[in-house]
Amino acid sequence: MTARHHRTRQRASTDPGRWGRRLGWLSIGLGTLHLAAPGLVRRVGGVDDSAASRTVVRLIGARELVHGAGLLFGRNTRGWVWSRVGGDALDLASLGVALARRRGIRRARLMGATGAVLAMTAVDVATAVRAGRSRARRLMELTGTTTIRRPRSDVYAFWRRLENLPRFMTHLDEVEEIDARHSRWRATAPFGRTVSWDAEIIQDIPDTRIAWRSAGDAAVRNLGTVTFTSAPDGVSTEVRVRIAYDLPGGRLGAAVAKFFGEEPHQQVADDLRRLKQALETGDVVRSEGALWGERARKEFPQRPAKPPRADELVRGADELVRAANELVRGGLA
Amino acid sequence: MKAVTWAGPNHVEVRQVDEPVILNERDAIVRVTSTAICGSDLHLLDGYVPTMQNGDVLGHEFMGEVVEVGPGVDPSRLRVGDRVVVPFPIACGSCNACAAQLYACCENSNPNAGIAEKLYGHPIAGLFGYSHLAGGFAGGQAEYARVPFADVGPLKVPDGLTDEQVLFLSDILPTGYMGAEMCDIQPTDVVAVWGAGPVGQFAIDSARMLGAAMVVAIDKEPYRLSLAEQAGAIPINFTEADVRAELLELTGGRGPDKCIDAAGMEATHGSMPIDVYDRAKQAVRAETDRPHALRQAILSCRSGGIVSVIGAYGGFIDKFPVGAWMNRGLTLRSGQCHVQRYMAPLLERIQRGDIDPTRVITHTMSLDEAPHAYDLFKNKQDDCLKVVLRP
Ligand SMILES: NC(=O)c1ccc[n+]([C@@H]2O[C@H](COP(=O)([O-])OP(=O)(O)OC[C@H]3O[C@@H](n4cnc5c(N)ncnc54)[C@H](O)[C@@H]3O)[C@@H](O)[C@H]2O)c1
Ligand SMILES: [Zn+2]
Ligand SMILES: [Zn+2]
Repeated sequence: MTARHHRTRQRASTDPGRWGRRLGWLSIGLGTLHLAAPGLVRRVGGVDDSAASRTVVRLIGARELVHGAGLLFGRNTRGWVWSRVGGDALDLASLGVALARRRGIRRARLMGATGAVLAMTAVDVATAVRAGRSRARRLMELTGTTTIRRPRSDVYAFWRRLENLPRFMTHLDEVEEIDARHSRWRATAPFGRTVSWDAEIIQDIPDTRIAWRSAGDAAVRNLGTVTFTSAPDGVSTEVRVRIAYDLPGGRLGAAVAKFFGEEPHQQVADDLRRLKQALETGDVVRSEGALWGERARKEFPQRPAKPPRADELVRGADELVRAANELVRGGLA
Repeated sequence: MKAVTWAGPNHVEVRQVDEPVILNERDAIVRVTSTAICGSDLHLLDGYVPTMQNGDVLGHEFMGEVVEVGPGVDPSRLRVGDRVVVPFPIACGSCNACAAQLYACCENSNPNAGIAEKLYGHPIAGLFGYSHLAGGFAGGQAEYARVPFADVGPLKVPDGLTDEQVLFLSDILPTGYMGAEMCDIQPTDVVAVWGAGPVGQFAIDSARMLGAAMVVAIDKEPYRLSLAEQAGAIPINFTEADVRAELLELTGGRGPDKCIDAAGMEATHGSMPIDVYDRAKQAVRAETDRPHALRQAILSCRSGGIVSVIGAYGGFIDKFPVGAWMNRGLTLRSGQCHVQRYMAPLLERIQRGDIDPTRVITHTMSLDEAPHAYDLFKNKQDDCLKVVLRP
């Protein structure tokens, strides 16, 4: 394979779901154990002398499977973790009752079980709190990279004319250069109304690196850098982008987070793909299934791959704005 | 206009749709004069390729007359009135993949590259009429088709050649040829070809053209095997014979030097239980592809040989004989065909009479008869090998 492939690597550092997923798997494991080997659980837990515990153990097993499924496949990690905390509280209460009635080896085993549940409760609470905090002010950092078969100077020049940015960054409507360092950026999405902010270039090394940051009182403060390096093939340029958003708490932050979706890095990846297309082919490719090439926000849902009706073509121009409005109405409701 | 559309698994429908319009500056609109049904269309038909939508226009093998060009099309390359064959991979001509002539891996022609990247690790080119994973482009089994990057792919047809002679430059002739080319054929080589469908037939022709000492064709359809025999191959019917034993017998125990898989993901197995096993796994999506031909090719190939895969695969397989492949030093080569690379040289071969692509055509029908045509081709009825549709 001789071709250097277009590669897009991204990282989003806001993922609160990692611990949620770990707890999800833990729930699945515990649930399965409770359902598959209730006898073992009752013996180790020291409650094998109680007939009622037979049912309780099974119920706990079923509950944990639900928790596991919710944590692994559901959207609301935080809700599910708090639900786990509720389950922990119930378990502790029943353990308390059971402890009061037992002596000897069974009591020792019950103490062990109580200790384990207490430790788990601590992890659950910590995770729930952490998931909750992601609703507060936080930094969202996105990275992406691609290789473009054009000289470094061309790619740099295209980016440095900031007016070109909306051609491949779909969330931007317009960038207006005020002077060599200052510019005014305007976006419609994700706020449903026009938002604009000033930006200043803080570093500009021709053919190598551009860094900018929002100036003044931008609603969402942001910082970006792009670097251009020569690829080993001697004709292409490697482009690396890093953009950080200082997401405010509350509804605005939530709306922005929602705009970027579950895979925020995808936005940068798609932007870079369009940049590459614009520079290498002069256009952003459109198919019948994905009509809105340059303005496309999402690859799915698509329309069927058949020629568009005339009215679909006209309507499409406003598609982005409408989609953004709907998104915000949904997000802020 | 009329177009052949996918209407759900095992269901195609001829529907009335709008005529295509220019969407990108370098588009052209082609009035389709001939289009064909391909074994790859059968994979779509059966629903084994993900991301198909009800209403998608099918077809990736087509040719016709240019009736409109976008403002960005270089007039020295293409003009209204030109008669062209359109290659099935859509390629921009200016990315690194295109520069390396890996047109089917073009980095700029798939608007759904993000989806493809998730499934395949890196994106693949846009393909006409071949699912949304491959871009969501309307296909060419229609009266008109839009062709992106029209100044890159389409090949102008010189006067004096019929549609039938050049239509298959769009896909199966280059594909069969690439299958043979990837084998680095030496004059002493025995080449075995799994699948005697249209692609297999052209792989056989190409292997002979490139100087193989002997070519063997493996299939289960007697009429396809006898066509292969007429083309100079030794036939093996895998439902009647033990393929590996037969290949060893033919090669003095060495095994074929080069093996071509031209059967692909819906291969069937001579042994019922194994076929049922893979069909069941495929049905519940535990594996997406049935790799009988591929497994057999790897196990049959002589040590140090080349296994060239042009039969299409879409996802994941089970029981890949990795031990045989690794320990016996086999080379595995593959790819959707980089058609643009082969069109001009193969056109020359057609003009010189080295190869006659018309030999695979068994049926010519109208667009309206497409559902019936798909049936015949899929179920191998009426000795159907290749259908040409004339809109
Ligand atoms: N790589 C590419 O660019 C490219 C292009 C065109 C077609 N294809 C693929 O090539 C394959 C063949 O295409 P086609 O149009 O000839 O299709 P086809 O369906 O007419 O031919 C496939 C043949 O394989 C035979 N077969 C099935 N199981 C077999 C087995 N276990 N061993 C040997 N033969 C077996 C079938 O009987 C059939 O004759 C398909 O998978 C198609 O998707 C790939
Ligand atoms: Zn084909
Ligand atoms: Zn390309």
